[in-house]
Amino acid sequence: MLRHVLQRVLMAVPVLLGVLLIGFLLMQVVPTDPATVRAGPTATAEVVAQIRADMGLDQPLYMQFGLYMWRLLHGDLGVSIINNVPVTQELGATIGPTLELMFASLFWSIPIGIALGTVAAYWRGSLLDRFVTALSVAGGSVPVFFLGLMLIWFVGFQWQWLPFTGRGGPLWSLEGWQSLALPALTLGGTFIAPVARMTRTAVLEVLGAEHVRTARAKGLGEFAVVLHHALRNALIPVVTLIGLQIGFLLGGAVVTETVFSWPGVGRLAVGAILSSDFPMAQGTILILSLGFIVVNLLVDILYVALDPRMRGA
Amino acid sequence: MQQELLRVEGLRTVFQTSSGLVRAVDGVDLSVARGRTLGIVGESGCGKSMLSLSIMRLVPQPGRTVDGKVLLEGRNLLDIPTGDMRQVRGGQIAMIFQEPMTSLNPVHTVGRQIVEAMKVHSPKDSAAALKEQAIAALKRVRIPSPERRFDEYPHQLSGGMRQRVMIAMALACRPRLLIADEPTTALDVTVQAQILDLLRELQAETGMSIILITHDLGVVAEMADDVAVMYAGKVVERTSARALFEDPQHPYTLGLLGSVPRLDEDRDRLLAIEGAVPPPFAFPDGCRFNPRCPFAIARCRTEMPPLRLVEDGHEVACHRAPIEKALAMESAA
Repeated sequence: MLRHVLQRVLMAVPVLLGVLLIGFLLMQVVPTDPATVRAGPTATAEVVAQIRADMGLDQPLYMQFGLYMWRLLHGDLGVSIINNVPVTQELGATIGPTLELMFASLFWSIPIGIALGTVAAYWRGSLLDRFVTALSVAGGSVPVFFLGLMLIWFVGFQWQWLPFTGRGGPLWSLEGWQSLALPALTLGGTFIAPVARMTRTAVLEVLGAEHVRTARAKGLGEFAVVLHHALRNALIPVVTLIGLQIGFLLGGAVVTETVFSWPGVGRLAVGAILSSDFPMAQGTILILSLGFIVVNLLVDILYVALDPRMRGA
Repeated sequence: MQQELLRVEGLRTVFQTSSGLVRAVDGVDLSVARGRTLGIVGESGCGKSMLSLSIMRLVPQPGRTVDGKVLLEGRNLLDIPTGDMRQVRGGQIAMIFQEPMTSLNPVHTVGRQIVEAMKVHSPKDSAAALKEQAIAALKRVRIPSPERRFDEYPHQLSGGMRQRVMIAMALACRPRLLIADEPTTALDVTVQAQILDLLRELQAETGMSIILITHDLGVVAEMADDVAVMYAGKVVERTSARALFEDPQHPYTLGLLGSVPRLDEDRDRLLAIEGAVPPPFAFPDGCRFNPRCPFAIARCRTEMPPLRLVEDGHEVACHRAPIEKALAMESAA
């Protein structure tokens, strides 16, 4: 088990390097010149050239990348070229709210998605199944921003039930919960559909398996059959797919944070890109990718925990 | 006269499919005596597995048992509430299947799966007591070091061991009837013999009855006391195992045995049955075997032969039975 985990961690290293390289190159193809941004619109050509030299932008590309990597290894992600705040400091301040939002969204949407998918599979072809399928299609087609705006319009603005801008406070305070509710509903709402659909397919497949017939032949009740012999086995593919879907959820988090002015990494990324704040944008890309890598690592570990056949393999 | 444990009367299980109504089990009568083994023989697709699932009320969707009775000691299992039926499953009638790999849940330990079966039927027992009983059950099927095996997963066991686990699980609650659906088909020959021996020993120990479903006449010869031969959803011949091998009557049985009565010297020996089992939504009129039958006459093509007694304890569904007599009359004419 430990060996398996170590193996997976080591395999994540080249992925991370690739992400760093692509993130770096993306910044190069953007037509904006960071030195000009930093110097401001009124600077002279000499000042811009000076700043360019200071930032190392006159160096060849591989030197720049080498320098970037070297600094990264020392925990230095540079400073914002807009307000001179260290990137690590900004990331440190925004990562908490983003994690909060992600967990809150997953916390309610995964159980509901799995439950819906399971009942749909069990009563296949019934009205309930059709309802869940319709919900999946609808849920999968509604863009995150639209759901967010609808919630803001009705729940936040018209009915004034819940706040809809910013973060009200820490998670343990009432304000914190209230302000988290709508963003988490929005982001989670888009996640129910894929989870329900994947669960339905997986459970349907397992329900036809011979060991399910054995479980019934033993005299087990339907609830135990579905829970211990269908859903339990179906979780193996479902967890894998959820892990992959979380990548898309990170994209949804960027939109949700922007719509709700949630002070997270996603909103930071959008702001940094719009203001051509290169070091900051690179930093946020790094953190979001790292999040994706970590999630997949967790999925790999969970996968082994769920499937005894994977152990020792 | 042996005491009857299970009696099946006119059992009919159908599937509504897009290509028509499939009559998987079509009016089957059976009887299983206490402590005896009934072999059910037939090719794949003849309905023998559906018959066993019908007895257990586990016919998969969209199948339905539409008619008949399954009497376990006089109680019709088709009429009792679902909750009572669950107590019968595993408790009084247990089942083992062909593929011991796929029949066990790969994500639970062997021990857990046995305990689970016992818990349904004795919910008041403590976890420790159940574990002890499960280990005893593993011991009973001659699994070496059962304490260790208890915590292992199915994929860690060999095919033969897995089938032993299935048997241990099935017999954990001391059922009175074991339905074994092709229990040795997926195993290699030496393991097959071991499993059959084990079943016979356990039957002697517990006095249970066995319904042994197989396409293998060798297994029938070794295990069965009585035999029912099935073809296209119907029982075509029913007798003792001895009579079946000594004096087979139905042309299909003759085909299965690869022999034919050599009363007519001009006739070539029939070694294989010509043709294939008709698809269940396109059964021929009359006797369902008639297109493949070397002895078919006009009547066979129009009139379905009922199961009738041709001699003591030997029932055959054939217009021409007893066949020797029919052929003798034909050649004399």
